[in-house]
Amino acid sequence: MNWISNYVRPKINSLFSRREVPENLWTKCPECGTMLFHRELAANLNVCTSCDHHMAITPRDRFTALFDTGIFVEVKVPEPITDPLHFRDQKKYPDRLKAAQKSTGAKEAMLVAEGEVGRTPIVAVAQDFSFMAGSMGMYVGNAIVAAAERAVKLKRPLVLFAAAGGARMQEGILSLMQMPRTTVAVQMLREARLPYIVVLTHPTTGGVTASYAMLGDVQIAEPNALICFAGPRVIEQTIREKLPEGFQRAEYLLDHGMLDRVTHRKAMRDELMMILRMLMGMTPAVKGDLPPPGDPSAAVADAN
Amino acid sequence: MNYLDFEKPLAEIEGKAEELRALARANPAMDVAKEAEGLDRKADTLLKDLYKALTPWQKCLVARHPDRPHTKDYIDALFSEYTPLAGDRGFADDHAVMGGLARFNDQPVIVIGHEKGNDTKSRIERNFGMARPEGYRKAVRLMEMADRFRLPVITLIDTPGAYPGKGAEERGQAEAIARSTEKCLEIGVPLISVVIGEGGSGGAVAFATANRIAMLEHSVYSVISPEGCASILWKDADKMREAAEALRLTAQDLQKLGVIDRIVKEPLGGAQRGRKETVEAVGKAIEAMLKELSGKKPDALIKDRRQKFLDMGSKGLAA
Repeated sequence: MNWISNYVRPKINSLFSRREVPENLWTKCPECGTMLFHRELAANLNVCTSCDHHMAITPRDRFTALFDTGIFVEVKVPEPITDPLHFRDQKKYPDRLKAAQKSTGAKEAMLVAEGEVGRTPIVAVAQDFSFMAGSMGMYVGNAIVAAAERAVKLKRPLVLFAAAGGARMQEGILSLMQMPRTTVAVQMLREARLPYIVVLTHPTTGGVTASYAMLGDVQIAEPNALICFAGPRVIEQTIREKLPEGFQRAEYLLDHGMLDRVTHRKAMRDELMMILRMLMGMTPAVKGDLPPPGDPSAAVADAN
Repeated sequence: MNYLDFEKPLAEIEGKAEELRALARANPAMDVAKEAEGLDRKADTLLKDLYKALTPWQKCLVARHPDRPHTKDYIDALFSEYTPLAGDRGFADDHAVMGGLARFNDQPVIVIGHEKGNDTKSRIERNFGMARPEGYRKAVRLMEMADRFRLPVITLIDTPGAYPGKGAEERGQAEAIARSTEKCLEIGVPLISVVIGEGGSGGAVAFATANRIAMLEHSVYSVISPEGCASILWKDADKMREAAEALRLTAQDLQKLGVIDRIVKEPLGGAQRGRKETVEAVGKAIEAMLKELSGKKPDALIKDRRQKFLDMGSKGLAA
């Protein structure tokens, strides 16, 4: 057998398939359909560059963009009992949890961190909608309680980014009990006279809206976020009529007096910093590049 | 008597006994006493068997039974000088929520509860016990008053859930529920809740964030209705039996999970077969729970209540 007859002709598939674009390089904006390159989208904080639609952003990415130089320290959240009810629908609850952990790389639906935003020390919590619809179970309850306790201990304000389909049904009544439980956490902050700012992102619904997500000192929402107790489909089924355009969206809630502000994601960091510094009685934030450390003139300016 | 689906065999036997007696009344010469009694005994045994081991879904049906005593029945029987106080001072008075000043064993209290109504007209007026934001805001107002004048608060829980309507959403249903729950946690007076029928999700929590929570034996308390849960997780609303099972929504399960403090026994065949006894039993439970809390200082009441809810979820069902 010589090398010529031994030669296997490459299959047509292997010639072409390798050149195919990896799947997640491009994201299609669900609102306007524009194809967005992943780098560009990430640089724009997952906001569509053509129509300004705010897509979901993971807690980690949000924190990286929020905290100074992207540095933050995770706050440990106590582990709850897993699957307290031995819940089983078409799948077992622990299997659903594992699947969510695998697909998101996150441990649970909430991340707690501490760090500085424009040199303003804060504690922040962000809910992850991609993890079982961000649903509130005991872990989320633990995360909020841990965040509040940490904020009180460090005398820092708490900023919470909410995103959830509601309570986690698989934890039954115990998920419902997170409503009063997280309310106690909010009260801890209030008693310590520490600001609690809620940023409502798309979507925030059900028992989450009806507890900690509506109890902020300042309520800010991202543009066009769906914020409600009962979802539009449930209401349409109940009253048997079509709901008006924009119903239960951030701007609509602002109009109805349910929110303080609707703020673009890219302006959120500056706004949070500004509000928090006023509420904490701090000097106005230094915008732009901070002077390099060790510069004696900067130290003098700080002392003033 | 309204029979539930699973009570059909019972309806047959009781119907037969009734028929026999009617026949005897029309025809005095006939002696049916023995036969009728036999049927009665049979019905009795059957009722015992049916209610000995109700499935969670059957409990949901019993909890929703139209003949069960409702908030209004409890207020009429257990409280004197009931003086309804109306309105949220902002928009309207919500008829799905009853509330006002009253005396319980001569002690002035504030009583608040969901009322479902008992015929078509009153059910519509009461919106089937589904409160709008105004109902929760009325409750907040009453709880504030209770706190100011040091009156214990007693809440009766019986709602399918908060009303999912357009106006309710526009006026801040979520915020109203959140504020009501928050108010429950703030007041320095004893707060006692009894789930008398359906404890429907956030609409129930808003009143039931209490120092002591009791449930009637066949009442249910859940994060979502079995039908709702089935349609989301099973994608089939007809799987409500399975969902009711999985959700652990019975009084017995909730006591195991440490969510409620006591179970009030119902007469054989459910509260609808012994309305008076049920109301009395609930009265006794309220009395006992008030006694447990009497003499506690406002700060201690607030602290205990918060700790109670902070601890929720530390217990699971044993494996």
